[in-house]
This record gives sequence, structure tokens and C-alpha cells, in this order.
Amino acid sequence: MTGNAPFLVVGIIFFLGMYAILFERNLIKIAIGITLLEASANLLLIVLGFRTGGTIPIFTLAGGTRTMVLPTPQALTLTAIVIGLATSALLLSLVILLYRHYGTLDVREIRRLRG
Amino acid sequence: MNWQIHLPALALAVPLLGAFVSPVAGLGGRLTRNAWMVLVSMATTAVCILLWQRVIAGGTVVYVMGAEAWNITLPSGLSWPIRIILEVDAFSAFMAVVGSIAALAGAFFSLRFMDKFTGLEKFSALFFLLVTGMLGMQLTGDLFNFFVFLEIASVASFGLIAFWRDRPEAVEASFKYMVVSTISAMFVLIAVGFFYGRYNAVNIAAVARMLHMGYAEKIALVFIVVSLAMKCGAVPMHMWTPDAYAEAPAGVTCLLVAVSQASLYGLFRVCFSLYGVSLGSTVVPWTIIVMGVLSMFIGVTMAVIQKEMKRLMAYHSVSQIGYILMALGVGLLSLKDPQAMADYGFTAMKGGIFHIINYTMYKGLLFLTAGAVFYSAGTRNLNELGGLARLMPQTTFMFVIAAAAIAGLPPFNGFVSKLLIYQSTFAVYPLLAVAALVTSVLTLASFVKVFQTAFLGPAKKTFEKVTEVPASMLLGMSVLTIVIVALTLFPGWTLSHLVEPAAKALVDQAGYISAVMGGGL
Repeated sequence: MTGNAPFLVVGIIFFLGMYAILFERNLIKIAIGITLLEASANLLLIVLGFRTGGTIPIFTLAGGTRTMVLPTPQALTLTAIVIGLATSALLLSLVILLYRHYGTLDVREIRRLRG
Repeated sequence: MNWQIHLPALALAVPLLGAFVSPVAGLGGRLTRNAWMVLVSMATTAVCILLWQRVIAGGTVVYVMGAEAWNITLPSGLSWPIRIILEVDAFSAFMAVVGSIAALAGAFFSLRFMDKFTGLEKFSALFFLLVTGMLGMQLTGDLFNFFVFLEIASVASFGLIAFWRDRPEAVEASFKYMVVSTISAMFVLIAVGFFYGRYNAVNIAAVARMLHMGYAEKIALVFIVVSLAMKCGAVPMHMWTPDAYAEAPAGVTCLLVAVSQASLYGLFRVCFSLYGVSLGSTVVPWTIIVMGVLSMFIGVTMAVIQKEMKRLMAYHSVSQIGYILMALGVGLLSLKDPQAMADYGFTAMKGGIFHIINYTMYKGLLFLTAGAVFYSAGTRNLNELGGLARLMPQTTFMFVIAAAAIAGLPPFNGFVSKLLIYQSTFAVYPLLAVAALVTSVLTLASFVKVFQTAFLGPAKKTFEKVTEVPASMLLGMSVLTIVIVALTLFPGWTLSHLVEPAAKALVDQAGYISAVMGGGL
């Protein structure tokens, strides 16, 4: 049971993020929801690569133990974090531009495009 | 050593180099920058066409990044691939050719269209990054790599949609698109995580060989179908499409149309090559078909009531995506049954794939003509436009060709692909063909409306000084016009040389797997 706890956390973070994106009305909170979603995806990858009792996946530093955590998800996660950083920065800069144009962060008032 | 083996890598390297040298080329002034943009987009198109020729002549091409040799997919006798592998079969090569032609037209068109604005070296950098992302999605054989290129394409398009950042609408459209595509990218990443957790592999061919349906696979499939349908603008998740397409500069919209095809490509690559027959039930094919029918019908009904030219055309993209989804969904439905495949499934797939190239070409051309009208007349509102046919004869001519093609009037290429779709979907369920026909009629109606209000009618005083657009913009439009006319004149050649190999490659799951994993497995 405790072995599955990390996946539970991934699920909770994922649904928190989705909730924020779908139901929050403040643009900043929507941006936070998106970063939560990114965090849950990254955590999922890391948890998938974890092996109980494993050491760092560097052959010369592993010492006597034979179990190592998987290196590939860590490489994937690093890439995903970097991409996530870029998207978050761009997202927030768009929020700033929107605030300048509309003078509000409420999604109900930022809807000049409709129909 | 033959340099042609490096074509898959070159198809990504050329636009990537183009992107990062653009700011440097921008230092040399307007002429250098424009020359660089033309050079890179022509080189990209040439590389894609050469790649396509190579794939047609010699079968699926693989290219291993970072290995000792380009073709060692399984290093040191391992039974799973560990490096980044590009895998190009006839379907990917076809998509790459279509995308690069749209990019070429968009680049030509943008030279003068964007002339009034500053920051153009950044514009061309983002433009080529978008091309790189699109080609990467189409050429890669690796799920995680697909995610990376999806993000490259998305981030570049956020910048391009919001390029006119003094317009609140553009920023708003970009923000909407950003929320949608970041969510869909994260869904793809979660699906990649599921595959990695189950099979310790992210290569499509390696996963496909080991795949057997379980809960994890079903969840991953749901994530991928939802996210990629969202990215290509199918109906329940289509709200970003009209905003983003209408607010982006016209040359970019032409390319965005091709980029949405890359998401569609990913969807079908996963359904056909990754899952294949193990999709099992008819749930997934019918989901795609129903999504297609809804997109077709809702897209076109929303388009009929629009008053803004580009927004109207953007709703038509939703409806055209519906045709492709429906046709390839029918192909997916008949995948298990060879008899059904021979009867109607393969025809549907040919129709769908033919529709991909038709749709990209005429929709790109329509957006470019709308951009040309905006450039000359300064408005896109149909209530204000009128009598432009005398002032802009060439643009009008190309608009008529594109509108006839999208409405599926008989000699044009749109008619051929739509006919294939009608025939095959009628065999599955007659109502599908009826929906497609009604959509086609409504498409014709709304383009007659655009043609009549914008181009015909008495000359208006406000447009007295309107003239034809500059030559380079006409050149960009004529690239697409020539392709449409060629597809119209030679439908038989196109079907047998361009479309059929692509459809065969998509169905042939074993071939896709063995190109990476080696024969006899």
C-alpha cells in the first residue's frame, strides 16, 4: 500500500491542477493550475523510475549495491522541467500583457473573442 | 558514403539552423533577412521532397541520433532501442512534404505582409522553430521526442499568435491556445510515463511490439486521444481554433493549419502503429468517427453565421478536420477485418489522407487570400468589404479556386477526396455520408457568401485606393494555387503515387515495427 502512495500524490496534484484550470477565474490561478499539472507529470515519471533501495544511476559511484534507480525517467524529467519553465515564463508574460490590455485578471471579463 | 542517408536529420537541422541564424541575418538589414527566410524555407521543402522520394524508392528510413552509425537501431545486440530514433515511413514523409509546402507559401507571403512591423528577425526565428517542431513531430519514432517537438511547436506558435501584441485579441487568443496546448502536452507526457512504466521503452516501435491491452494502456490511449484531438481542434475542444487562426498573422495561420495536421498525424500514428489491431473493441474508432461528424457539422454551422473573414475560415478548418477524423476513424474501424478493409476501409483511408493534403493546401490558400484582403483593404469584416474583384483580380482568382476546392465542386481536388469519403462511409453507416454531404453544401453556401460580399458588388468609395498585393505575396499564394491545380489535374497520379503508399504505410504495423526492431521478431 505504501508503495503506491506516491502515485496517489500524483493523482491528487493532477486533479488539483485540473480543478484550478477548469474552475478558477483568476488568470494567475489558472497559471498555477498548469504548473501543478506539470509537477504531477514530472513526479509520475520520477516515481516510475524509482526502485526501492536503489542508488544513483552512475556506475562508478554506485558502490557495492546492485540496485539503481532508472536513469531514463530522470533525463526525461529534466527535459520536461526545462520545457515547463519556458512555458510558465511565457504564460506569465502573456498574463502581464492581458492585464495591461484589459485591466483585469478575471477570465469572465477577458472575452472579446466569442461566437 | 551517400549524403542522402542523413536526410531525416537534415529535415530537422535545416529549419533549426534557419531559426537560430535568423537574428544574425536580421543584422544585415531587410534584404539579407528576407533572402535567408526564402533560402531556408526552400531548402527545407527540397529536403522533405528528397526524403519522400527516398522513402518511396527504398522503404521506411530510420536514422539514429548519436550512435556510431546512422542505422544501428539496436546497439551491441540489445533487444530494445536506447537512442533517439527518427523513423520515416511513407505517411510521415507525405506529411512532411505537405507541411513544408505550406511553410514555403507562408514564408513567401510573410516577406511583405509583415513589412510594416518591427522585430521581424524574431518573427522568422519563431517561424522556423514552428517548422522544426512540426517536422519533428512527423518524423520522430519516439514518443518522448514527440512530446518535445510538440512543445517546441506549441511555444513557437504562442509567440507567433501573439505577435501583434498591441492587439488585446491576439494576446487573448494566444493565452487560450497556450492553456489548451500546455494541458494537452502534459497529457501526452503522462501517457508517455504510462508506456515507460509498463515497457521500459519510449520508442513507438519497441512499445508496439510488446503491447498488450491492459488498464494502463487504456488510460494512456485516453490521454493521447483526448490531448491530440484537442490540439488538432476537433469539436468538443475546438474553442481555441477560431481565435488563434483568426488572430495570427496570415502567413502564420497557413503554417498553423499544417501544424494542426501534425497533431492529427500523431493521433493516427498512435492508433494505427502503436495500438493497431490490439485496439480491440470498436469504442475508439467510433469515438473518433463521432468526434469527426460533430466537428464537421458544428464547425460548418458556426462558420455560416460569422461576419469576419478569417474567423469564418477558421471554423471551416474545424469542419474539414472532421472529414479527416471521420475517414481515418472508418479506416481504424475496419482494421481488424481484412474483408471490410478491402471493401471500404482502405478507400476511406485514401480519402482521408488525400483530404489532408487538399485541406492543407486550400485552407492555407484561403487564409492567405484573407490576409491579402486585410493587407490591401485594411479590414476583415464582411459587412464592410465589397467590390474587390476589380481591384484585386489575381487574389480574387486564387480565392475562387480555393473556395471551389474546399466546397468540393466537381473538377477540383476537394471533390475527389470527398467522393472517396462519401463512398466508404456510406458502407459503414449511411448517416455519416449524409452528414458529410450536408456539411459540403453548407461549406459551399458560406463561401458563396464570402465571395459575393467581399469580391462582388459595386465598388465602394472607401476602397478606391485599394490595389493588388505585392508580387511576393502573390508568389506565396500561387505556390499553393499551383499545387491545388496540379492535384486537380492529376488525381489518378496523386492517388497512386502520393496517397496510396501513405495509406499502406499507416496500415502496415508490422513493417513499422520491423524497421526499428529488425526482422523476424
